[in-house]
Amino acid sequence: MIGGLFIYNHKGEVLISRVYRDDIGRNAVDAFRVNVIHARQQVRSPVTNIARTSFFHVKRSNIWLAAVTKQNVNAAMVFEFLYKMCDVMTAYFGKISEENIKNNFVLIYELLDEILDFGYPQNSETGALKTFITQTGIKSQSKEEQSQITSQVTGQIGWRREGIKYRRNELFLDVLESVNLLMSPQGQVLSAHVSGRVVMKSYLSGMPECKFGMNDKIVIDKQGKGGEGATGQSIAIDDCTFHQCVRLSKFDAERSISFIPPDGECELMRYRTTKDIILPFRVIPLVREVGRTKLEVKVVIKSNFKPSLLAQKIEVRIPTPLNTSGVQVICMKGKAKYKASENAIVWKIKRMAGMKESQISAEIELLPTNDKKKWARPPISMNFEVPFAPSGLKVRYLKVFEPKLNYSDHDVIKWVRYIGRSGIYETRC
Amino acid sequence: MTDSKYFTTTKKGEIFELKAELNSDKKEKKKEAVKKVIASMTVGKDVSALFPDVVNCMQTDNLELKKLVYLYLMNYAKSQPDMAIMAVNTFVKDCEDPNPLIRALAVRTMGCIRVDKITEYLCEPLRKCLKDEDPYVRKTAAVCVAKLHDINAQLVEDQGFLDTLKDLISDSNPMVVANAVAALSEIAESHPNSNLLDLNPQSINKLLTALNECTEWGQIFILDCLANYTPRDDRESQSICERVTPRLSHANSAVVLSAVKVLMKFMEMLPKDLDYYGTLLKKLAPPLVTLLSAEPELQYVALRNINLIVQKRPEILKHEMKVFFVKYNDPIYVKLEKLDIMIRLASQANIAQVLAELKEYATEVDVDFVRKAVRAIGRCAIKVEQSAERCVSTLLDLIQTKVNYVVQEAIVVIKDIFRKYPNKYESVIATLCENLDSLDEPEARAAMIWIVGEYAERIDNADELLESFLEGFHDESTQVQLQLLTAIVKLFLKKPTETQELVQQVLSLATQDSDNPDLRDRGYIYWRLLSTDPVAAKEVVLAEKPLISEETDLIEPTLLEELICHIGTLASVYHKPPSAFVEGSRGVMHKRLPARTGSGEGTECPDVGNAAGGSAPEAAPSIIPSQGDLLGDLLNLDLAPPTTTGPTPSTSGMQMGGMDLLGGGLESLMDESEPPHVPLRTDPPQSPSPQPPSPVYTHTDYTYTDYSHTDSPPDHSSTEHSPPAELGGDIGGSPAMGAGFGAAPAVMPASLNAPVGGGLGDLFDLGGGVGMPMGAYIPPKTVWLPAMKAKGLEISGTFARRAGVIQMELVLTNKAMSVMTDFAIQFNRNSFGLAPAGPLQVLTPLGPNQTIEVSLPLSTVGPVMKMDPLNNLQVAVKNNIDVFYFSCQYPISMLFVEDGKMERQVFLATWKDIPNDNESQFQIQDCHLNSEAASNKLQGSNIFTIAKRTVEGQDMLYMSIKLSNGIWVLAELKVQAGNPNYTISLKCRAPEVSQCVFQCYEAVLKN
Repeated sequence: MIGGLFIYNHKGEVLISRVYRDDIGRNAVDAFRVNVIHARQQVRSPVTNIARTSFFHVKRSNIWLAAVTKQNVNAAMVFEFLYKMCDVMTAYFGKISEENIKNNFVLIYELLDEILDFGYPQNSETGALKTFITQTGIKSQSKEEQSQITSQVTGQIGWRREGIKYRRNELFLDVLESVNLLMSPQGQVLSAHVSGRVVMKSYLSGMPECKFGMNDKIVIDKQGKGGEGATGQSIAIDDCTFHQCVRLSKFDAERSISFIPPDGECELMRYRTTKDIILPFRVIPLVREVGRTKLEVKVVIKSNFKPSLLAQKIEVRIPTPLNTSGVQVICMKGKAKYKASENAIVWKIKRMAGMKESQISAEIELLPTNDKKKWARPPISMNFEVPFAPSGLKVRYLKVFEPKLNYSDHDVIKWVRYIGRSGIYETRC
Repeated sequence: MTDSKYFTTTKKGEIFELKAELNSDKKEKKKEAVKKVIASMTVGKDVSALFPDVVNCMQTDNLELKKLVYLYLMNYAKSQPDMAIMAVNTFVKDCEDPNPLIRALAVRTMGCIRVDKITEYLCEPLRKCLKDEDPYVRKTAAVCVAKLHDINAQLVEDQGFLDTLKDLISDSNPMVVANAVAALSEIAESHPNSNLLDLNPQSINKLLTALNECTEWGQIFILDCLANYTPRDDRESQSICERVTPRLSHANSAVVLSAVKVLMKFMEMLPKDLDYYGTLLKKLAPPLVTLLSAEPELQYVALRNINLIVQKRPEILKHEMKVFFVKYNDPIYVKLEKLDIMIRLASQANIAQVLAELKEYATEVDVDFVRKAVRAIGRCAIKVEQSAERCVSTLLDLIQTKVNYVVQEAIVVIKDIFRKYPNKYESVIATLCENLDSLDEPEARAAMIWIVGEYAERIDNADELLESFLEGFHDESTQVQLQLLTAIVKLFLKKPTETQELVQQVLSLATQDSDNPDLRDRGYIYWRLLSTDPVAAKEVVLAEKPLISEETDLIEPTLLEELICHIGTLASVYHKPPSAFVEGSRGVMHKRLPARTGSGEGTECPDVGNAAGGSAPEAAPSIIPSQGDLLGDLLNLDLAPPTTTGPTPSTSGMQMGGMDLLGGGLESLMDESEPPHVPLRTDPPQSPSPQPPSPVYTHTDYTYTDYSHTDSPPDHSSTEHSPPAELGGDIGGSPAMGAGFGAAPAVMPASLNAPVGGGLGDLFDLGGGVGMPMGAYIPPKTVWLPAMKAKGLEISGTFARRAGVIQMELVLTNKAMSVMTDFAIQFNRNSFGLAPAGPLQVLTPLGPNQTIEVSLPLSTVGPVMKMDPLNNLQVAVKNNIDVFYFSCQYPISMLFVEDGKMERQVFLATWKDIPNDNESQFQIQDCHLNSEAASNKLQGSNIFTIAKRTVEGQDMLYMSIKLSNGIWVLAELKVQAGNPNYTISLKCRAPEVSQCVFQCYEAVLKN
């Protein structure tokens, strides 16, 4: 199990050091600093073995979190724990920075004592933790409160406490997708997938039982046989994972998504699709080398969705060679700039409707070099945001039942929003 | 108020001030002070002096302050055990507190205080807490049992805590169950044979129920525990799988991977024709792919595991090639792992796509990644025959880029392609030759030289090319030198007329001007081969090479099975069994996949066979021919004792011939140079004429040449786990032989430092290094100085006698975290005056985790003092850290000198002369050699048989030994056919040595 946990600043100074196991000595703190933080080369692996001690590290801005062990621990668990640790810290005091960590070191020690016992991760849901680990410290609890805390921390529904009340029962569903593409210069899709998340923000009283439905092909097909007929399109989901509140065995058996949500925000599910993806933009590059000192680049982008919808925050990034001396750009729409520090031409368009086309052309002048090495031609990448789900996912319903309290599904105000963003959206040129 | 200020106070009288503040009456001030103390502790300052003052703050109702004090206690209690006792009362009181959070906090903290006196007081509160009404306290107490076990395992057993812990597996609260499982699993690991977890269908059922209800971490504990269970039959196995599969949709990657582990393991038991088996296979792919959208660190863990899964069950991910395509901004460690998996998944169906990708990667920035991509193209060519042509043309394109490291890497892989498809792509040689000048890495140079040598007949100016390398011969690395030597010999055999001078030149460079024994030996062998029988030389050097196989870096099947049982853990990330990186007893237990039950035997895993089978065919011939057959016999030459009455086996006669030629032939070759010193007692009965007569070439001679090739295969496709057959592949007359000696280089370095006795001396040294029984008996290395006692320096070693020189062979391992330098060694006075004949040759600093092998030649002219036991040696080793002392015992056979053979007459006289009181008798039990074999064996250790007598089916061997200090030991060995017990009588004027000598007999005969 985890033998110790250290947090360093970018210089390698220890900010937090908590040792859980006797086999981890103080010298481990220094070993990691010397061998990883101060190492000259790039980090070659997130797991490092130094003198039979293994170090797992993650970095958040310029803060290093390292878990140390001498045993054959579950490596995936250690990383999941480190991420969780980051989430918990963020939930408590915001951004993970040296200043914040130093300001909250007592709190961090208290958290570390609670969520890691002898190196075994314990309940680390912020909802539960916040009920009894508070920054204000002194808070005397009544006996009922105490037993409520312990039963929640250890209970089956560790992520939600009882007795939550809202005057207005409301919930927000965000379908956030990132669409990834790798396209060849000829326009052939080399790989494309959508990774999506359904984020739920709920303000519901009591212990509401929820059921979530979407246009999952498997479910629709099953119902279709029942005679209802295909209403709209369904999508094939390659794989999905759920927040721990979702009853997995029920999903496995009936493919229904039922749960009692944590109060506030949670990521209900993640999913991935690869079939029938709507690619919102198509990039058509044309690069021509004119002699040894000049490049001509022409890039056309085409929007490929309903004309009534508007894409936003469009940015096309066209890499330029290292020996670029000057660039002239002409674009039909938006603004384009050559950014020498980033070795790229950045073309920004604020808004663009569907089924439109726009073009940029640039002349790149190059310094003559002796460098025999050819320019690697990194792919042209794109960023954008569209108001629909490129996977085609639709929320069909989210039903809420709370038998003990007197509000019904109809009384809950529900909001759904779809946002499609570019993930790694690249076209080779 | 910001707490960060506590990190900055570094005043002088700080401790003093803190003391005052800690004893302040004001609560707030106290708390501030404790915070300061903790901050100082964090940054590594020693604040242990404040112990009593901090402990005084413990009695408080402020939970936050209490926690801080506890934190301090956990850190310093061990250094102040007496004072820690002051805290006990508060702990015991807190364990009775009405607030469950405080009860739990007390029991949790108490378990972290590793002070014996405190643990005694812990037992009662712990017992209560294990049965506490509050689940929060119970789950904390469950972990505390594991803590206590770590401190005092006996106490935990005596107090019956293990049984209570087992009961908790049936607890109503899932988190208590999960923690109990975690604690029990850990305790069970240190008791590999105890039946602690006692998994049975009932308890498994409880675990599976808890699995649905507990936290994500608890699910991991339970799944990891389930993976240790072996179901009774395929039906049970299937029902567990069915209940575990829903976990594949969990958002926590570790839960998913642990579930994959359980499924991969239990799947082994399912019959292949079962529908469910296919369903399960299909269910595994999507979650594995989803893992790749996790954060990069987790992706890395997932990819390392997928690498194993793909080797074990390639069918799961065979359609998912695209998801392993590298993204431009993946971290480098993710890129490299993806590349590895891409190659494993490459097949005829997807090769076009893969190649296009690889070509893209070869233009990236990161040098390692680019190299690996180029290498991958070569591997594709070898793996998918249909693609070979496209791969070669892609490689040629890459060579045209003239990027130095790309060109070099490409040449190395093209060499492998040539070996896989001989006589197919040689048209590209011309292009390769153009880049000769740009090659500056040994591996690439060696590969190019190999190509030139191999295809010398098609390259017009091969001699010029090779000659150009020859100019800087001594500056080349060994790899290149060896390759150059072989290539020129090949060239000479192909074009003898115009290259005579060149071959002479390289042979003399290799044999006379080099102090590398490998190179010299290979040089001598070629020289002799060429001068005696060019036809044979041709057969040997230009022998047909075994083809290299497709999958050369597969993990060896048994290791793979073990690693599959460790999916998700560090072992699967390192691709090493836990015993390789975990200290102590934990994890030493090897895990195995269960055997398939059920009826599906007929379909016995063809696909598993594919993964594992790739290396299986090669593995077969790699079995080392029973020792002594080949090299053994060859080197055994001088063992055939002339006085032996029985007829020597005919093979040994032939070897005699071979041996003499070796001496004579070489001498005739080395005209002006001084004749090689032959440190063997060659006493050739039929001395050859200076002109070597046509020799009887037994196959044993070939083995030698074979051997000399083994250590320099420019063979790239064979990386870490390649079957040894590959090693010998360079020239390999027969794969088996090449394979047999594949193991040799590993042992070689020990003899590299050996003082150079002369050409042939070394040649025979090699034999010793290989560990064949014909040389002096060398006991296996033992640990003399454990790292614990020497601040991280571990010394193991043995003694050997090579070519008349006693050597202490040491292996120094640095297990500390800092670099070690300045090694020196000294001996105490000892019975036979052993002393180092030179300084300890550790020239480079020894980095953490590094190991170095050193041979230290010893003399016997040091100061003498009788030791007890007689062969005891006290040694002092110094390094930059400290001086360490240890003692070891050397086998007295190291002191048996080569001229210890007595004349028969003298023997008789001496035997009679020594009083009978000095005779001692010993029994050697359980030795199954016949008298002749025994005598041969003993002779290897300079115990010489003088005469043999057979009386009533009992062989009496008379032997003599001379010690380095001139003491003679005479022996009579009685061997009765069919009786494994020997009787030995030793006579010596110094009877003290008899015991040691007897031990040597035993050691030599039994090894």
